[in-house]
Amino acid sequence: MDPMAAIRDTFFQECEEQLGALETGLLTMEGGDCDPETVNGVFRAVHSVKGGAGAFGLDALVRFAHVFETALDDVRAGRLAPDGRVLGVMLRAADALADLVRVSRDGGATDAERDRLLVEDLKALSGSPQPQAPQPDAVASGSADGGDMDGFAFQPLRFELDAPPAPAEQNWTVRFRPEAGLYAKANEAAVLLRELGRLGSALVTLDASALPSFPDLHPEGAYLSWTIDLATAQPESAIREVFEFVEGDCELDIAPAAGQPPGDTGGIGDIDLAALIQQSQATMAAAPVAPGVGAPRAAEPAPDTGIPNPGRASRPADAATAPASKATIRVDLDRVDGLIDLVGELVINQAMLAQRVSEAGLPRSSNVALGLGDLEQLTREIQDSVMAIRAQPVKSVFQRMPRLVREVSAMTGKPVRLLTEGEGTEVDKTVIEHLADPLTHMIRNAIDHGLERPEDRAAAGKPADGTVRLAARHRSGRIVIEVSDDGGGINRARVRASAVAKGLIAPDAVLSDEETDNLIFLPGFSTAETVSDISGRGVGMDVVKRSIQALGGRIAIASRPGQGSTFTMSLPLTLAVLDGMVVSAGGQTLVTPLTAIIETLQPRTGDVHSLGSGATVIAIRGTFIPLVDVGVALGYRAEPLDPARGITLLIENEGCARAALLVDAIQGQRQVVIKSLEANYRRVPGVAAATILGDGRVALILDVDAIVAASRSAAGQAPEFTPAAGFAHV
Amino acid sequence: MFDTTHSVHAMARRELINFRIGPQEFCVDIMAVREIRGWTPTTPLPHAPAFIRGVVNLRGAVLPVVDLGVRLGLPPSEPTERHAIIVAQVGRQVIGLLVDAVSDILTVGDEAIQPPPDVASERVRAFVRGLLAIEGRLVSLVSLDHVLPAQELDAA
Repeated sequence: MDPMAAIRDTFFQECEEQLGALETGLLTMEGGDCDPETVNGVFRAVHSVKGGAGAFGLDALVRFAHVFETALDDVRAGRLAPDGRVLGVMLRAADALADLVRVSRDGGATDAERDRLLVEDLKALSGSPQPQAPQPDAVASGSADGGDMDGFAFQPLRFELDAPPAPAEQNWTVRFRPEAGLYAKANEAAVLLRELGRLGSALVTLDASALPSFPDLHPEGAYLSWTIDLATAQPESAIREVFEFVEGDCELDIAPAAGQPPGDTGGIGDIDLAALIQQSQATMAAAPVAPGVGAPRAAEPAPDTGIPNPGRASRPADAATAPASKATIRVDLDRVDGLIDLVGELVINQAMLAQRVSEAGLPRSSNVALGLGDLEQLTREIQDSVMAIRAQPVKSVFQRMPRLVREVSAMTGKPVRLLTEGEGTEVDKTVIEHLADPLTHMIRNAIDHGLERPEDRAAAGKPADGTVRLAARHRSGRIVIEVSDDGGGINRARVRASAVAKGLIAPDAVLSDEETDNLIFLPGFSTAETVSDISGRGVGMDVVKRSIQALGGRIAIASRPGQGSTFTMSLPLTLAVLDGMVVSAGGQTLVTPLTAIIETLQPRTGDVHSLGSGATVIAIRGTFIPLVDVGVALGYRAEPLDPARGITLLIENEGCARAALLVDAIQGQRQVVIKSLEANYRRVPGVAAATILGDGRVALILDVDAIVAASRSAAGQAPEFTPAAGFAHV
Repeated sequence: MFDTTHSVHAMARRELINFRIGPQEFCVDIMAVREIRGWTPTTPLPHAPAFIRGVVNLRGAVLPVVDLGVRLGLPPSEPTERHAIIVAQVGRQVIGLLVDAVSDILTVGDEAIQPPPDVASERVRAFVRGLLAIEGRLVSLVSLDHVLPAQELDAA
């Protein structure tokens, strides 16, 4: 890949993270928690996006981010109170910023008019009546920039170079030598110097002595250092805060200028670095104010931000909350998948070995068997750890939802409050990727169809704001996600009428409440009277259900009239393994996904009835359910099995129709590693995938829906699949 | 990718894996062959054509096994432990070929490969790309490109 493109990709990945942090931070602030660290985090997020965007010449993004950042800076400096109105604008600005990032990455255009209005709103926030800036001689404060959007690009950079120190001011000598890493992270020394200048009057001296001659100049090297004589009334912590984001990427030395008037060092033009360090150490020795901060840092920059910094010991919460404190690496997903495949093979191999050992008749107490037991334990642990690498908190998809709620809320005119729970619940990355669409659909539905209009809510004695709750939790090896609303619940009469009108059910069908609720999952069902932008295209819940089932999940609905509805999805934690029921049919070993099975039962001869030619039904608690002989359906045997000698698996398939699968025997239940048949062969009708069992043999995983559907369409004809056309071809 | 009909250099000598199915002898380009394994029982695939014996586990991957004899129009084999599976790369897929026995590696020049005569059936012409005379025996050079049915015809 083009190295520039790779860097660009990384930038956009980081943007996603920053935007996530931005939204989370703003929502935390909206919740009333305006902790300085939260505000700083929000500011940092916008600032990072702006910095990176500048490096890639994404001007529109930089312009918008800058205006946004200016407003945030006012909040940070306490000039602007983060009340509901301000945060409303900021949340919309965060959405617009996300759009701009997306457009910058994928092309296209954003709503320019909206962006312009937002810029005005943001500027209005910055320009709104505010206390006079606390430092009267602060220069280039963002709030002073009330002009047009282009004005900010050339903010005047003016330092009070020779101002006499105010009586209460203290003189500081700040030595600042950026390392290459500082620039690599899109920080800029000039900005930091400008920030310092805002604290008081500063005399900045450039030391360019380390600058090599041009041929030796490394384009990404760092050669310049500065000495700043600063006269300020602010405490040391304020100075240190300016360098907060570059700690570890520079040599920084802050010391009181032991009684020297700021002008004294003004003559230093090209003093060499060794002398500078010597001088700084000497200064340090004479500076009891900041024990042990400057000297060790100057000698050996802290390699890791995770190392506690005595200079910031007064804010112990930093280490826990700052995102930088957790070391992470980016790894290509293919590598992780390769590792998962290998571990899958290890698990199979270990199982094979165990089986061979037991076949060899070694006693369980033998050393070999005991060693194998340990190996099994280790293998399981490795498998769990490797799976955990792919696991991510559902937060990444949950945090897209507040924006969706804001948009749908604005479109429908229904005020909505979104509550999220269990954002830290972890699940495999592929599952997360497939969650966004169904969740989006369900939340739209919950607002559009679930919640009543504000006036109806008032009439029902409910608070005007509707509540949509999104919750995730782990339950028995699966992740359960609930989307619930406190709306009117499913209008069963209307659902039924709609289903009858669309011919989905017979007008005289007798349905329980639960069955009626489940009608909304039928393909082609939609109760929306008008097709709106939001939902009601008739591809609603059936698509949601199908995509959840494609992930090996199930979805259920619970609704109480007048109190709201709850959709509960239960999904596997990973798509690499599957909980299966191992069965045998027609002499072959097969795996049935456990999620499809409702119950297993032993049929009695009297329960099974033939229906026409080829079709068989079984009576289960008074209901006739189609019975499919798996061995026959897959062509493993010609003659159907006597049902009394087999076992039936009661399954529920797409569209909630039930069917019974007849197999010879059940061997047990186990977790299997999913293997692709398509990689080396092709899709096989009736087979979802393959797996490898403990004996090293390949077993096929049934595609339950396809088997039932095929036997249904084939009933009356030969109960088989139509042979694939490709095989006739030579 | 491993099309045996187009040699890289006209003068190139190529190495071929020589194997036997029933009384007949065949060979494939050694470059397409990844390994040779003994026969292990396969898991049959539902509704598969007769020449697909099923799938086996190849170190964690699912490998389809083709009865090459049936594919070439010969009677099906009754595999025993003495039978061999030639694991071959065809395009991006890896498949197993069930043969009676692998006998030799042949090194021949391109000039030794004769085109198949017109008398051969359509099926033979689809797979046999050339004939070799080795010590008085007839050895057919098999092209593996179309051993598995084309993927795009899956639509059924």
